[in-house]
Amino acid sequence: MPNRIPRTPVREQDPELRSHNFEEVCLGYNQEEAELEASRCLNCKIPRCQEKCPVHVNIPGFISRVAAGDTAGAAALIAADSSLPSVCGRVCPQETQCEGACVLGIKFEPVSIGKLERYVGDWAIAHADEHQSEPPSRNGHRVAIVGSGPAGLACASDLARLGYEVKIFEALHEVGGVLVYGIPEFRLPKTRIVAKEVEAVKRLGVEIETDVIVGRTMTVDDLLDRQGFDAVFVGSGAGLPRFMGIEGENLNGVFSANEFLTRANLMHAYDECYDTPIYAGRRAVVVGGGNVAMDAVRTAKRLGAEAIIVYRRSEAELPARVEEVHHAKQEGVEFRMLTNPVRILGNEAGQVVGLECVEMELGEPDESGRRSPIVKEGSNFRIDCDVVIMALGTSPNPLIKATTKGLETNRRGCIVADEEGRTSRPGVFAGGDAVTGAATVILAMGAGRKAAKAIDEYVRNRTYSK
Amino acid sequence: MYKIISRRDLAPNITEMKVHAPRVAESARPGQFVIVRVDEHGERIPLTICDYDPEEGSVTIVTQTVGISSHKINDLQEGDSFLDFAGPLGMPSDLLEIPTEQLRKMNILFVAGGVGTAPVYPQAKWLHEQGVTADVIIGARTKDLFTYVDEMKKVARVHLATDDGSAGFHGMVTGLMKHLIEDEGRRFDHCVIIGPMIMMKFAAMTTKEYEIPTMVSLNALMVDGTGMCGACRVTVGGETKFTCVEGPEFDGHKVDFDEAMRRQNMYRNNEKTNPETHKCHCHA
Repeated sequence: MPNRIPRTPVREQDPELRSHNFEEVCLGYNQEEAELEASRCLNCKIPRCQEKCPVHVNIPGFISRVAAGDTAGAAALIAADSSLPSVCGRVCPQETQCEGACVLGIKFEPVSIGKLERYVGDWAIAHADEHQSEPPSRNGHRVAIVGSGPAGLACASDLARLGYEVKIFEALHEVGGVLVYGIPEFRLPKTRIVAKEVEAVKRLGVEIETDVIVGRTMTVDDLLDRQGFDAVFVGSGAGLPRFMGIEGENLNGVFSANEFLTRANLMHAYDECYDTPIYAGRRAVVVGGGNVAMDAVRTAKRLGAEAIIVYRRSEAELPARVEEVHHAKQEGVEFRMLTNPVRILGNEAGQVVGLECVEMELGEPDESGRRSPIVKEGSNFRIDCDVVIMALGTSPNPLIKATTKGLETNRRGCIVADEEGRTSRPGVFAGGDAVTGAATVILAMGAGRKAAKAIDEYVRNRTYSK
Repeated sequence: MYKIISRRDLAPNITEMKVHAPRVAESARPGQFVIVRVDEHGERIPLTICDYDPEEGSVTIVTQTVGISSHKINDLQEGDSFLDFAGPLGMPSDLLEIPTEQLRKMNILFVAGGVGTAPVYPQAKWLHEQGVTADVIIGARTKDLFTYVDEMKKVARVHLATDDGSAGFHGMVTGLMKHLIEDEGRRFDHCVIIGPMIMMKFAAMTTKEYEIPTMVSLNALMVDGTGMCGACRVTVGGETKFTCVEGPEFDGHKVDFDEAMRRQNMYRNNEKTNPETHKCHCHA
């Protein structure tokens, strides 16, 4: 029975050391470790892992190639379904997707699919020069992409491979969307990984223009009617940060996780060489339990604050990746579960001095299937802190909706699109967080790829019917 | 890169730059702003658009040296470039929504202070193009600090006020507002105030006394400027608004100025402004 081999541990930076730096936490497998781990895969006839992958990467296929030492073959196989393996290997919630379905996980520990994907993705980046193919010949059609996050990059590379002339418009000064402004360096290195993935997209002939805010600098209608693009894909991502609507939220020292993380990640505020300031205080409380909350609390910790997570349900319901929660705990982050803020307390100068909370208990399951938290009356207590960071999700950015004719949005302000990314407006496609609300990198990437197919179909039909 | 076509000093520490940014120039409307970044290490800084010329492809900004970023901006010379110049952002001025016929019947007052004078200019100029001559009060501590007076005189009726009496009305803009209304019997249907937060607070209190609908343009702190970070939130009529997407102009009688002023100073003690305490050697 080959699977007596235990799951191969992955090397990580020491928790004490890393809680003071922004270097990547997880160091990844080397070839020997990857081959050993890959040898654990049972190569199931019906691969449940592949079914559970949102983009259905041929997982047993690529793992068997890794086990055989054929990393190039593994990379080629993954590339057929995923354009960002080194990113997804790092940030996907594997425990609820591929690894959660791994048969080995029933009795033993699942195969470390995420770490193997990362190994293959990083190998592909390191060997990108050797595997350059000529940019495909052009088919004479042009597609504009709004946003250079995972959805936009994936859509762009697929379309470029099909021969389209693709132009991405990015609102910020840096390319990558949430991969650069949201996910911290210690989880996803910007220069070593994100920039390389972007380069790979550019090598396909995709043009990327920064500092263009579609909806302000130009509109979707401009792109279609005046600039002659055949279609537009909107992958503008999540938008306005949500707050709780409690007293004291505009005190100095209260930030959205978006602001806190954008300062740290996009603007490099943790680095003395950069001009953008950031304030983590002496004691920072982060409200929320998702990946963004974990990113914010671990950033605050690295900036020298005592860092606390406050979450209204119990640990079992934390939506964050298990690995992030584990890492946060190792780094000394304090977790206060079943706790909900009711008021932020300030001093005379308007600076945060504390957070008043109530204890919660879990009641009946709600519509999401999770047990809904109920307030324990009279359980109010205070947590002393000088920073409060709200990580409660976002609602979509209104700019595109407000400036695009005939584009239907739902009650929550998300763009309405079908499975293939078609919106109510012919020629306009959408995918990623702009459609679903805050979700994952892999879902956004998957949506971008599906939309690329639909765009190709749309352009072909239109061309033939002319 | 966005090249500086021309640059001139308007007053001590106040500089005007005309920047080559054709796309911004084409879409810009009075009341909107841009986000600029000087270099790789720079902050993203919001600046109100002071003029724009789609034919020349230029956008004009005016900056006052306050912290490290405005210092870097004002150190740039003609021929130098901004690394980033994104926009236009925010909503255009409310005046643009009013039908021209109605505008022509209105008496519109602008109250400008300090570096806020330049952003009044595109609005007054736009009105002038619609055949409306507005009144513009420009206030300064002393006459050497006035900016944009000659430009403004070409498109509006200008009234000056100085704290020290060195030019025009001797006193603050609020005194001159009262003087125009009470002593000269002027009547105003709409007022737009742009300037330092404290000046906007008191000028808006004055228009409230006379029940003149008033808009103020807030220069809140921002990071992205596109509706993502929420740093620019401000309380207007008891509701939280994001200056970058819902503003920058808001009802001056509803803005919580005390909160806005406090929030503007959020990073005062953390700003990496002081070159002497600045630890790294990257700029050496």
